[in-house]
Amino acid sequence: MAATREDVKFLSNPKIGLRRKKYCRFRKFGIKYIDYKDADFLLQFINEQGKLLPRRITGNSLKYQRRVATAVKRARHLGMLPFIADLMK
Amino acid sequence: MRHYEVTFLVDPVLSGEEVKSTADQIQRELTGYGATIIAVDEMGLRQLAYPINRRSSGVYFAIEFGCEVADWLTKFELGLKRNERLLRFLTVKLDKYGVKYNDDKRNGLIGGKKKRDDDAAAAALAAEQAPVPQVVDLDAN
Repeated sequence: MAATREDVKFLSNPKIGLRRKKYCRFRKFGIKYIDYKDADFLLQFINEQGKLLPRRITGNSLKYQRRVATAVKRARHLGMLPFIADLMK
Repeated sequence: MRHYEVTFLVDPVLSGEEVKSTADQIQRELTGYGATIIAVDEMGLRQLAYPINRRSSGVYFAIEFGCEVADWLTKFELGLKRNERLLRFLTVKLDKYGVKYNDDKRNGLIGGKKKRDDDAAAAALAAEQAPVPQVVDLDAN
C-alpha cells in the first residue's frame, strides 16, 4: 500500500504542530506598570504552589519578569498571595 | 512632585468606626507632614492568603499621596510600625507609569476584559440592526 502524501508529510516533517510564537504580553500590549494590589492578575504568573513561574514559561521579557517578581513579592508581603500553598488554582 | 502609595492592613476585629478612625488618623498624619492626598482607596475586608498575627482577614486601605520633599517618610513609617491597629503596611514610590495607571483605574479606563466584551456586544448589535442590502435579481423577468 503506497503511502499517501499526507502520511509522508506527517512522518517526515518534525515541525508539525510547531509551538505558536511566544511573546511578552507587556511589550505587545504596551502595559508599563504592574499593580501589586491586583492579585487576580498576578495569579497568571505563579504556579499552583504559589511559586513564581520561570520566564521561559510565561514568555515575559527580562525587564517585565523582574517587575512581575517584585509585584508578586509585595503582594505576598501584604497577604494577598501566599508564600507557599497547595492546589492554588 | 513625588508620588507615593501606602497600602496598609487594619485589624479586622476592630469595629467599623475604629477602622475608619484609624484610616482617618493616618490621613491626618500625612497632611500634617505636608503631603497632598490624591486618593484613598478602601479595598475593604479581604481574606488573607496566610494568617497574619493569627487573623485570617483584614481591611485593606491604599492611600496615594504626593509631596515635594519626603524626608519625613522614615518617621511616618516608624509611626505605622508602632501602630497596634495595623497588621502590615507597605510604602511604595510611584513612577510616572504607576501614577498614570492609578489615574486610569480611577477613571474606569482599565476595565480590561469587561470593557472589551461590552464593546463587542455593542458592535454586534449595531451590525444586526444595519439595513440588509437589497439583492436585485437581474435575471428575473
